[in-house]
Amino acid sequence: MSETTIPAMADRTQQRNWLPLAAIWLVLITVPIWLPYVGGYNALASRVLVFGLAAMGLNLLLGFTGTMSFGHAAYFGLGAYGAGFVLRYWIHSTPLAMLAAILLGTAAGALFGALMAKRTGIYFAMLTIAFAQICYYVAYSWNSVTGGYDGLRGFQRAPLHFGPYIVNIRDNGVLFYYFVLAVFAICTGLMAMLLRSPLGRSFIAIRENPRRTRFLGIPVERHVWISFTISAFFTSVAGGLYALLNNFADPTALFYVISGNIVIMAVMGGMRSFWGPLIGAAVFVTLQDYISSMTVNWMSFIGMIFVAVVLFFPRGLLGFIGRRRRA
Amino acid sequence: MLTLVLFNVTNGLILGMFYVLMALGVSLILNLSNVINFAHGNFLALGGYLTFVLEPYLGYWGALLAGPICVGIIGLIIERTAIRRVYDRDPVYSLLLTFGLAFIIQDLCRTIWGPNGLPLSIPNALNSPLSQQFFFITGYRIFLIAVVIVAVAALFGFLTYTRVGTRIRAGTFDIETVSALGINIGLLRSLNFAVGIFLAGLAGVLAGGQIGLNPNMGDDLLLPAFIAIIVGGVGSLTGTLVGGLVIGVASAVTSIWWPAGSEVIMYILMIVVLLVRPRGIMGEEGVMT
Repeated sequence: MSETTIPAMADRTQQRNWLPLAAIWLVLITVPIWLPYVGGYNALASRVLVFGLAAMGLNLLLGFTGTMSFGHAAYFGLGAYGAGFVLRYWIHSTPLAMLAAILLGTAAGALFGALMAKRTGIYFAMLTIAFAQICYYVAYSWNSVTGGYDGLRGFQRAPLHFGPYIVNIRDNGVLFYYFVLAVFAICTGLMAMLLRSPLGRSFIAIRENPRRTRFLGIPVERHVWISFTISAFFTSVAGGLYALLNNFADPTALFYVISGNIVIMAVMGGMRSFWGPLIGAAVFVTLQDYISSMTVNWMSFIGMIFVAVVLFFPRGLLGFIGRRRRA
Repeated sequence: MLTLVLFNVTNGLILGMFYVLMALGVSLILNLSNVINFAHGNFLALGGYLTFVLEPYLGYWGALLAGPICVGIIGLIIERTAIRRVYDRDPVYSLLLTFGLAFIIQDLCRTIWGPNGLPLSIPNALNSPLSQQFFFITGYRIFLIAVVIVAVAALFGFLTYTRVGTRIRAGTFDIETVSALGINIGLLRSLNFAVGIFLAGLAGVLAGGQIGLNPNMGDDLLLPAFIAIIVGGVGSLTGTLVGGLVIGVASAVTSIWWPAGSEVIMYILMIVVLLVRPRGIMGEEGVMT
């Protein structure tokens, strides 16, 4: 892999630059206040966070372990179905729905990851696509359980109960946004801790030089598998939130278009930076929302975004700005 | 019972032919350029539509060749202007690029020719069933299988007996050595890409005569093509051929007893192959790990 960043140096700059970090959280916390003035709506903001979380989860694998997955729709979609199953068939509880989302998505990630951990590069990517398609196919054809093409409908996210207090995230879009933000904050905190831990360091070492990492005594394949599973974990959390956001789960959440969208968000924002995928998600989701309401030819525009990012901004927005600043 | 078995096997064989054409194209490009062409199914549709446009002027037989050639040229232009630029970069970029191209081409087809299906007319001589009992074995289906056999034979002949073909095969194993021997690998990859797209276009023409044209007609063939490549062994073109035929026949045989399982069996086959023989049926150690 090219474009080397020295981890220790990246670490120091991260500690020094508390300002951008404060700015990001300030923006995220104040979203419901300023959003109406710029023509946004709460569900859009929640969607940005959901896809941002999915893209950041993918980026643990893509940007920090240097292994490409083009099938993360599988864990995203399974997360959505996991949450949907609990709310639809079992119990009216948001925390349990999230737990089911995590269990289903992470288990699938661990299983599929184990089957392909020994492959690398383009072959690995192709296997991730194929496995994601299996999940899509199962959801699509297992009509009696998943609702088939129409998806799993007829459930609603449940209000949260904290002892005597009830937080009604079901009917209040702003409260739901803060619920998503809270989950997002916990997940990003965990990611940051992971990347500072020896395990996270070994991921970066694998990205920079897998062979040398192996010589240092790190079992590369097992660590790629761990990274894959952790990545699937965060993506399935995002998937669970997605089901709660929409109050349905349908096969399109498992379709490879979602996989591609998550990857483009990570690359567009800058896959070598921690917050890049969130920026990418914000830009992509907003553009998608805007373009699809403006023209019937939205597919061409989305396609052109992909092409433009690849040909002109391969380092992503943050990478692009970072280069400018350093130069 | 015999009729039922034959009916399903014929359907499976036809489907297998499309898998083979599609998978060979994807595999050619993957092996030499290390690019997964997500837009392959859309090139297939484009080939079908171009044939539809050319048919009134050239007749069916002329358009049968001219359509795929035109889409091959379009593929060549796209390769020279865009895809060429991501060869030496992280594979994520080639995936994203062809993913974006797939969107653009599909939208283009929908805008120009409309979202609804268009019939691609085929000569009457091919349209009649051979017998009353075996109504499903039409002349067109036999013709389709024959065209695919000729195309595949021509492809393997080209790769085996011509100088360019030998270079393409050599490039699959070790592109750097081929380049060091003074061969222009940029040109080789472009040509190879065009051949792959030609095969997609041919599949598009044949599929158009069978099921009609629509903007996402190739989408359902893309994933089976990937599976054919994985089952056959990444890096081996013969493997891809075998893989395509195996999943085609497997779906056909499965559909005799379990019609809904015709797609499931492909995925089951893939997982079994990955567990038992991770490199695929004909995959070799060291190529495309």
